[in-house]
Amino acid sequence: MALQLFELREAMAMAMAAIRTNKLRSFLTVLGVLIGVSSVIGMVSLITGLNNSMARQIESLGSNVIYVSKYKPGIVMGNRSSDERNRKGIFFEDAEAIAANCNLVSAVSPENSYWRWPSGNTAKYEKNEALRPQITGVLPTYESVNNIEMAEGRFFNDIDVHFRRMTCVLGADVSASLFPGLDPIGKDIMVNDERVSVIGVVAKRESLLGESMNNFVLIPYGTFAKLYPWEKELWLACRAQSAEVMPQAIDQITELMRRRRGVAYDKPDDFAVFTQETLMDQYKKITGVIYLAMIVISSIGLMVGGVGVMNIMLVSVTERTREIGIRKAIGARRRNIIWQFLIEAMTLSGLGGVIGILVGIGLAVLINAVSPLPAAVSAVWVMIAFTVAVLVGLVFGIYPAYRAAKVDPIVSLRYE
Amino acid sequence: MLIKTENLWKTYNMGGEELHALRGVTFCIDKGEYVAIMGPSGSGKSTLMNLIGCLDTPSKGTYQLNGRQVASMNDDELAFIRNKEIGFVFQTFNLLPRATALHNVELPLIYNGTTAETRIDLAKRALEMVDLADRMMHRPNQLSGGQRQRVAIARALVNNPSLILADEPTGNLDTKTGVEIMGVFDRLHEAGNTIIIVTHEHDVAQYANRIVHIRDGQIEREESGRKRAA
Repeated sequence: MALQLFELREAMAMAMAAIRTNKLRSFLTVLGVLIGVSSVIGMVSLITGLNNSMARQIESLGSNVIYVSKYKPGIVMGNRSSDERNRKGIFFEDAEAIAANCNLVSAVSPENSYWRWPSGNTAKYEKNEALRPQITGVLPTYESVNNIEMAEGRFFNDIDVHFRRMTCVLGADVSASLFPGLDPIGKDIMVNDERVSVIGVVAKRESLLGESMNNFVLIPYGTFAKLYPWEKELWLACRAQSAEVMPQAIDQITELMRRRRGVAYDKPDDFAVFTQETLMDQYKKITGVIYLAMIVISSIGLMVGGVGVMNIMLVSVTERTREIGIRKAIGARRRNIIWQFLIEAMTLSGLGGVIGILVGIGLAVLINAVSPLPAAVSAVWVMIAFTVAVLVGLVFGIYPAYRAAKVDPIVSLRYE
Repeated sequence: MLIKTENLWKTYNMGGEELHALRGVTFCIDKGEYVAIMGPSGSGKSTLMNLIGCLDTPSKGTYQLNGRQVASMNDDELAFIRNKEIGFVFQTFNLLPRATALHNVELPLIYNGTTAETRIDLAKRALEMVDLADRMMHRPNQLSGGQRQRVAIARALVNNPSLILADEPTGNLDTKTGVEIMGVFDRLHEAGNTIIIVTHEHDVAQYANRIVHIRDGQIEREESGRKRAA
């Protein structure tokens, strides 16, 4: 069914005229498409924004950092296997071994966090309180491995660790809530009812998935071991000499860890070595699921919209039986009529798509303005959304168009 | 010979009962003739008009239009013939309400693939022929009945068809306007067009050279009309 250009233009002009004469009805008709499309654009914008921020965040961790932990990062469905559950942890000694034996690793930062059961950690200064900060024990290497920038004061040194000094370094959020307008350096705060003095504040870091990356209290590893001696299992962040030697550095670490844990040559690793790339992949996997769910939800919206378009097109065919008859009498063939109504349906749903895209972009802007979540409009998805909207018109226009083409000119010309 | 029908039958099936609207109509019309088909309602003249206008096909018999056998054509072939050979003028004008006069006249040209420029050119010329050059951009509801019918005539003319088929063209008009419209047909006839008018009004039929009376699905008699002075 070839469609000639002038035919297309004629059909579009007639469609626009029909839409203009029935403004309210047309608007109500495309409301479903409009909502479907705007929700897609809004959600995609949100996810795109999160992706961008996540990518920046993961990059800021440093491109040549290798993580060693008991389990791979990511979400586990159901229970872990018994082999996995019986794994040995990663310990402080592993950090020392890697630092001593892997020459491609320039620094190792063992990190161990504590969470006070059941309601989380507390950090207080006079009447001010921070909201459940994460408490992590670290070595001075933490600063260089994790690209830490200090806003005020200094980071820990070996003496802090060795003498288990009751000092701490605060995240920007904790510092802001404990010391609004005050200089925190040298002040004593209560962390889980232990008195520690603030020696530094880390510069504000970008929030991740709307969750603050600044809500933490760092304490020297020695101090952590003194306060929470039962917390032995930890994870390691290792900095490779350079980005080029990353694969070899990973091999060195894996090799050493296998030997230390006595893994037989034909058995898989019973620990995880990964990089920010792995984290990125994990993240993409999770957002992939969200994307899918979103597509399903919005396609329901579009289906409803499509049914609306079909309904109004059927009404339109009935109302315009006479017009169809006239057109047929003066020489319109079936395909002319079919295209006319298909194009009208597509114009209608495409219009809904365009408005939906504008509303979606508006939503994205609104999200940016009123919430900490970042949102960025994705050009590709704007195109996809528009195409899908037009396709909805095409699919749901087929039956009404077919009905229109079947109109008998003799009957319809008598139709009053 | 423009039109040649032989033994045309049209049978409708009405709830199991066979209804013969036409019972063997045979006649010929030459190029340049002005023919009126007359008959009371129920005589089968509408059915005959539908067949002549290629809106429908006969149950039995043959119909040759401008050398082409039409009786066995399918819908799209008929549409093509209607577009090329026939210009319709209806009692109720049947213009597209949302389109301007110019666009209404352009319509037949859209369906035969004429380019936009030529289309507008031809449509303007057809409107000039019916003295509506100054109303081109008006929509039907901004025109009087007579003007609407003239737009319809322009639409029928624009494709330069071999036959103009008018179904009660004055039925919805007052006497004075009716006379005007019949004057337009006269002019078209003088310019060499073949015209068939279907009507039940004697006065209207008298404009034609030849009057064919239909009764009970058959040709009752023929007479020649005497043209009145307008």
